[in-house]
Amino acid sequence: MEQTVKLAMPERSQEQAARKAAEEKAGMEKKFDIKKLNLFYGAFQALIDVDMEIYANRVTALIGPSGCGKSTFLRTLNRMNDLIEGIRIEGSIQFDGQEIYDRSYDLITLRKKVGMVFQKPNPFPKSIYENIVYGPRIHGEKDKTKLDAIVERTLKEVALWDEVKDRLDRSATGLSGGQQQRLCIARCLAVEPEVVLMDEPTSALDPVATSKIEGLLEQLSEKYTIVIVTHNMQQAGRVSDYTSFFLSGKVIETDLTEKIFSNPSNKKTEDYITGRFG
Amino acid sequence: MKTYEKVIEKMILLCAVAATLSVALITVFIFQSGLPVMADYGVFDFIAGTTWKPTNGQYGIFPLIAGTLSVTLGALAIGIPTGIACAVFLAEILPPKPARLFKSAIELLAGIPSVVYGFFGLVVLVPAIRNYILPVFQIFDPDITTTGFSILAGAVILAIMILPTIVSMSENAIAAVPAEYKEASLALGANKRETITKVLIPAAKSGIISSVILGMGRAIGETMAVLLITGNMAVIPGSVLDSVATLTGTIAMEMSYASPTHQQALFAVGIVLFVIIMLLNLTAQLTVKRLGGEGK
Repeated sequence: MEQTVKLAMPERSQEQAARKAAEEKAGMEKKFDIKKLNLFYGAFQALIDVDMEIYANRVTALIGPSGCGKSTFLRTLNRMNDLIEGIRIEGSIQFDGQEIYDRSYDLITLRKKVGMVFQKPNPFPKSIYENIVYGPRIHGEKDKTKLDAIVERTLKEVALWDEVKDRLDRSATGLSGGQQQRLCIARCLAVEPEVVLMDEPTSALDPVATSKIEGLLEQLSEKYTIVIVTHNMQQAGRVSDYTSFFLSGKVIETDLTEKIFSNPSNKKTEDYITGRFG
Repeated sequence: MKTYEKVIEKMILLCAVAATLSVALITVFIFQSGLPVMADYGVFDFIAGTTWKPTNGQYGIFPLIAGTLSVTLGALAIGIPTGIACAVFLAEILPPKPARLFKSAIELLAGIPSVVYGFFGLVVLVPAIRNYILPVFQIFDPDITTTGFSILAGAVILAIMILPTIVSMSENAIAAVPAEYKEASLALGANKRETITKVLIPAAKSGIISSVILGMGRAIGETMAVLLITGNMAVIPGSVLDSVATLTGTIAMEMSYASPTHQQALFAVGIVLFVIIMLLNLTAQLTVKRLGGEGK
């Protein structure tokens, strides 16, 4: 309970961190710009006045206790919440400068550009090959050599190629949990998204598989923008550039990960990170 | 307490034995009664013979097999697409509350006695085919004629009769597909139609296929409804408007006045029916086992 926390950072390095943050923000492309987002499940308000910016080619981690709204928030970014009955969304979510909740915004295009990886590995009960080409085929790719190339490229991106290249026609459900999750990431990458949303992608996996996926994230962020929901604070610290702390539907604080974990500006963030609640 | 449990156990055992034993006895009885005439007449002549004239001692059941198969295939051709479409509609498109209403209405169809279906077909479908469908056929073939008692009538009624089986089993199979598959597909930018045809139905295929096979079993075994509306003429049909006699219908019609040999021949028809249905059930079980293992 009364752990002493290493919060005491020298003044100078705090200034440095602040300057670094300002510099970074100035030069970076905003992928998502979210303003005054409110979300209701019937009468229950799950997100309250959420403001957030998500930067291109960075890993943004969303942390917070269970039920704080972080997964709900993640699912508004590719409009997966649309499936839920009785949901109401207010406010503005701009993706590359366009309102995604506008009537004129094409949902299919959004989901193609903003891919998603789920908590539980969910490969289709088809072969490994068929899992990956599912997305590209839906979006009109018929050329067999191109599809083959996509399979090889994406499986290499998730470091699964060497493990499965000789059994692409075998059922994906025969893979281990960690392999399945990497396959799901590859399946998501096959439609060439710009953003990859990950909803606790490692919570169903063992430590070895988890570390493999964490290792991937850094590489992937060179090409893709990544938003990851995680319960695991160490994970947020290890993999993300930015961290956003959610509590009871509100964003308490969003900042560079190192700042959040060493010197959060809000007392509640500090309490959560140091394990005083949550 | 101990003796009490033992008595109960014995009673349950007795019930189980009785059930199994009756199946075994029926099997033995049918085969014993039917096999001699089959052997006398020649198995090949019996199954492939094209003349069924029991009063003349001619027992070729090929017209009956053709009748049963044509009516059954017709029923499947109508019933499978309708049934699967209905199952998809109930499982994926309709909101849960009206879906429950629709589902119980469809399941109610299973409770209607088959003679009622037959009667309905007799007074509604048969005249309708004679008066409305026949003119349409005559546009293409002026010589065609029908009384209305036909393969078409049998197929339509049987299709309605197998709907409850196909719809409720397929609906269960589709509803049992994990929501994660659907989410994954939608998140990749697939629309609802693509998600249903490319993910949900393939994932539910073992359930759907076994529903179809069970429906087929029901269609083949159905007697009363078909007897009333197919015309019962043991000839090889040339078009869907021709009358046919089915395996089951013939047994039901002729058993009452059959001479001993004729009666044995009808038992032999029963053997054929028995074997066909056994094979179907076996196929259903194997399909579920094979696809079920992979689909998990």
